[in-house]
Formats: sequence, C-alpha cells, structure tokens
Amino acid sequence: MSVLVNKDSKIIVQGFTGSEGTFHATQMIDYGTNVVGGVTPGKGGQSHLGKPVFNTVKDAVDQTAANVSVIFVPPAFAADAIMEAAEAGIKVIVCITEGIPTEDMVKVKEYLKGRNARLVGPNCPGVITPGEAKVGIMPGFIHSKGRVGIVSRSGTLTYEAVDQLTKAGLGQTTAIGIGGDPIIGTTTKDAVELFMNDPETEGIVMIGEIGGNMEADAAYYIKAYGNKPVVGFIAGATAPPGRTMGHAGAIIGGKADTADAKKAILKDCGVHVVDSPADIGKKMAEVLK
Amino acid sequence: MNLHEFQGKSILQGYGVSVPLGIVALSPEEAFEAAKNIQKQTGSDKWAVKAQIHAGGRGKGGGVKIAKTLDEVREYADQIIGMMLVTPQTKKEGKLVKKILVEQNIYYPGPEEVEEYYMSILLNRDKGRNMVMYSPRGGMNIEQVAEETPDEIFTEIIDPKVGLTGFQARRIAFNLGLSGTSFKEMVKFVAALYKAYVGSDASLFEINPVIKAADGRVYAADAKVSIDNNALFRHKDINAMRDLSEEDPTEVEASRFDLNFVKLDGNVGCMVNGAGLAMATMDMIKMSGGEPANFLDVGGTADAKRVEEAFRIILKDDSVKAILVNIFGGIVRCDKVAQGIVDAYHNIGEIKVPIIVRLQGTNAEEGKELIDKSGLKVHSAILLQEAAELVNKVLS
Repeated sequence: MSVLVNKDSKIIVQGFTGSEGTFHATQMIDYGTNVVGGVTPGKGGQSHLGKPVFNTVKDAVDQTAANVSVIFVPPAFAADAIMEAAEAGIKVIVCITEGIPTEDMVKVKEYLKGRNARLVGPNCPGVITPGEAKVGIMPGFIHSKGRVGIVSRSGTLTYEAVDQLTKAGLGQTTAIGIGGDPIIGTTTKDAVELFMNDPETEGIVMIGEIGGNMEADAAYYIKAYGNKPVVGFIAGATAPPGRTMGHAGAIIGGKADTADAKKAILKDCGVHVVDSPADIGKKMAEVLK
Repeated sequence: MNLHEFQGKSILQGYGVSVPLGIVALSPEEAFEAAKNIQKQTGSDKWAVKAQIHAGGRGKGGGVKIAKTLDEVREYADQIIGMMLVTPQTKKEGKLVKKILVEQNIYYPGPEEVEEYYMSILLNRDKGRNMVMYSPRGGMNIEQVAEETPDEIFTEIIDPKVGLTGFQARRIAFNLGLSGTSFKEMVKFVAALYKAYVGSDASLFEINPVIKAADGRVYAADAKVSIDNNALFRHKDINAMRDLSEEDPTEVEASRFDLNFVKLDGNVGCMVNGAGLAMATMDMIKMSGGEPANFLDVGGTADAKRVEEAFRIILKDDSVKAILVNIFGGIVRCDKVAQGIVDAYHNIGEIKVPIIVRLQGTNAEEGKELIDKSGLKVHSAILLQEAAELVNKVLS
C-alpha cells in the first residue's frame, strides 16, 4: 500500500511537449512510472516520447482512462489546467508550476469544491511512491521503498529527509510535496490523515515552515486521531517576521505562525519535534524501534 | 511588490474609491504650487504633507504634517524632503525621503463628527478566500487593537463566485455605526475597494484610517497597497510603479540574477538550493553557534555563473565570517556544482573567509573529491551534521 499514486496509476502530463514537461516526463518514464500520454492543446494526434498527445484532458481520459495528472504548464495558464483536469474526472492532480497568481488559486479552490478531485500543490516537487510511480520532479534514486510517509512544504528539504530515511534503512511508503504557496490543494493535515489510514505507513515525517496554520491543524488532528509516531521539523526559526522567505507562503504574519509557536503546538500534540534538520532520520529510527 | 501611498491611491481611485485630492511634489516649490492647485479645485485651506517611503508609522517620525497656510506647506515640504525618516518599520538610520504627497485636508468642519476606521483586505489562508477586516478603532496599530479589544475587529469572508455581496457591505457599514449619507457612502466605498483589490491582484490593502468626513463623505486617508508578484505579468502599468530605490540594493541586484536573497544581520552567509532547505540551513547555522547573514536560494540551476554572483553578493557584507554552501543535488549534479564553486572561487580571486561546502545527492562523492583536490581553502562535507560541525569549528 501507499497513498495517492502507485504502479497502477494511469498518469498523463499536462504541458507534455514543453521543455519542462518533456524533461521531467522522460525522467518519470525512466523511473518506471506508468505515463499513458500527455496533453498539449493543438498538438493532439501527435506522439511524444512514445506516448500519445491529446488536445484536451477530456480526450486523454476518454482514450487512456487516465486518473492522475501532473502539470508543467506556465503560471499564467496553470490554474486553467488544474480546472480542466478536475472537470475531466482526474482524481489526483499534481501541479508542479511555481508562480501562479493567488487570485487564480482562490478561484481554483472554489472550483474544486464538491468535485471528486484531489489537488497536490501548486509549487511543489510532486508525489512519489518509491519503486512504483514518480509523479513530479524529485530525484528518484534517493528514494527507497519502505515504512515512512513524508509530507513537506519544501522540495530540497524533502529530499534531505528522504535521503536520511533511506540511509537509516527505513525507506518511504510515499513522499508528498504539498507546495510552498499560500493556497494549496492538499494540506499538511490532509496528507497526515492519508498516512494515518495507510496500513503500510508505520511512521510519518512532517516538515513544515513559518507562515499559516497548517502544521497546527495537522498537530490537533494527530492528537485526536493519531495512531502512529510523527516526527516533525519546522524550518524558519531564524527567519525575520514580515519577510517572504522564497516560498510565497513562508512569511511570519503574527505570533502564531513563527517556527517556535508551531514547534510548541506540535510538541504539545505528541509530535517528536527535532530542532535540526540533520536529525530527522535519526529521530524516526529511534521512535520506530 | 509594495507601492507608495500615492501609487496605491491612484489604483484605488481608478476603481471609484474616494481618496483625498493629492499631488506628488519633489521640491518645496512644487509642494507650494500643488497646494494652491488643490485649494483651487477643492477649496481646502489646510493640507496634509506626507513623506512617501515604503514604511508605516511615518507620522511618528515626523514624516506627516498638517499645514495651515501655503507657506507652511513650503516649510514642511522643505523639512521632510531630504530627511532620513525613522519610523518603527525602518532601519535605525531611517529612510531618505525623496517625494512627498500634498493632499486636500479631509478633516474639514461640518454637521457630523469626523470618525476614523480601520479597513484591510487580504487573503485568509485557512479558508483560501479573501476577507475584509475592519474595526471602528481606526488610526491606530491594528495589532494593538487585536490585543486590547479583539471584539472590535470584524471580518467578512468573500465568496469568490459572487465577490463582496450587498448585505456584507451593509453589515460593514452597520458595524461601523453609520447611518444616513455616510452609511450609503461606506457601502459604495467598500464595494469599490474590493473590486480594486481583485482587479489589481493585490495581496494586501490596508486603509488606516478610513475617514468619515464631517459632511458624511468617506475617504481612504491612507493606503498601504501590496501587489502579488506572481500576477505582475498581467499588470504592466502597476509593474512600472516599482521603486527600486526603496528596496535593499543587494536584494535588487540578487533578483537581477534570479537569486532569491534576503539580507539578515548575522555572521555566517549561506547559499542553498530550495527555499525550505535554505531556511533549515539558517536554523542549523544558529544551532552551530553562528547567526545567519542572509537567506539565499540559488534555485534549480546552480551553475558557475550563478554561484559566482551569489558569492559576490554574500561577500558584500563585511560581517560575514564564514560561508556555508548547502546543495542537495537532484536534477542538478553535485560535481557540476562543485566545478562551479571552484571556477567562481578562481574568478573572484581570493576569498578571505572560510567556505564550507556541503554537497549531497546526485554525484555527491565526485563533487567532494573535486573540491578536496582543488587545493582551495574549502571545507567539504556530505552529511548535514558534518556541515554543522564545520560551521561550529571555523567560528571558534
């Protein structure tokens, strides 16, 4: 078991023939991911990387029964691409695109309500279930099939945690990069909930950062319903208030969304908090003993 | 992107939000002429003279004055233009004032009491929707209101399908205690303000205070406007308002090379790929006994050119005593990054502070070997913990 994506997922790539789409689709296919085609409006009927290209997501779903989409569309058009995927019946939409206007995401969030589609991202590295499906831009080789689920707002910091878990011999069930924007589809709590309900996941690594209430929401959920150990790290203890630290969502707005405040809530809710990012793997090995 | 008050107000006005008549001036003489012009158009016999810098609390530092005569306008303009304005939001040396805004006085006498309110529009992250936040306690720091009288802060969450509704606008006006003319004025004001927020892809509107004038009219007396950087591509007119002189020069230079840089006050510079890992690296520097001197995300392509620029930017800061490079190679190969570091080092000449390079991920071993064999005074590490220990060692 795993969450969101696995070897049976039928995956399409939106923005398939663009340079980003081409590069990462190639890596995904090389990893063994079941990519069944892609979408580039106006290039329907062509073939790219040995897979069919469709004009619309609807066409792709009708002809390939795709149920997962990964989006590499430029920021100005990415919100539309997410809505198109949801409308066509895609169940898991992973949006990699960075730089989508917030106002567009306000509309997307509204559009997705009541639809049976889960959005991951935007501005995220994607989702990987090691050995089965790599849906995103993460380096596949650092992952190994295993026991720990990871949820993170960051890209390279996720790789750091993955690498430590791999070296500790624990491996990963699934690693979910939920993205660094102020409005994202799958929240930290949503991802934690998925892992809590996944029988193969024995422990969860939760990586957060300054800004917003997502980690606190997840922590309260863990306190109420948690059934497996969670190791937490919050980046940005040294970040000054009021400044955006790279990620559009990483900005301290008040007393409640500093790293210290979040760590305190996490600890209070029974999460094993590490202060150094170097200790994530070690701590998980310790609590899973 | 932050805007000046006069720029923010021009956007508001474009959407029908009423603002005091104002004219920008660069000299006392221009201010004098502006004030005469305003008098001609509005009959105003007093004027607000306001420093235009990107920082709040301008009044506290003497950057906002009310002139009672045209000569006073000139006098205040002379005082304010060219001053180093210190406010609670500037650095301690303050900010140079280059422009002022001369405005019609809206605290004129009339049948009603003049009232000040607070109003802002921003994203509610939990709901993924915009909200209007407002309070009858205007003209003061909203954080202070939140602490003292939290029940005097109200919010309206906006449904993006329909925007701010009529009943929400009326509720705002009622909660502010308005009736008659000023009630109608406020309903119009809020509706226009919300349209302006969405239409300009703003990330923050803070109008503090909103003024109910003595004749019942409602004005945005101040305007703090920030625009979503990600949406600037569809607002060429607003993008042209960017005032680079208000931003940290090093940060402006960094952005020219697509480096995401934030200047901090510490002694250990850092260069990292990815925002989350960059923040985590800063935290680790602190745990190793240092203080981060900056946040710097070099992004996905850490080639020699960008690494070199990043080094140059970090080295501008004399308080930097060591530099930690932390790259997790995914798509980027560590040996290429290592080569970039060696090349950058040679191009710059001698770098006087110790450099710690931690390369992990794709071809990490090859990268470390390249650094170790280069003969440069660079400490290399593979594990994050090793890097932390090296930071501690070079500092002590």
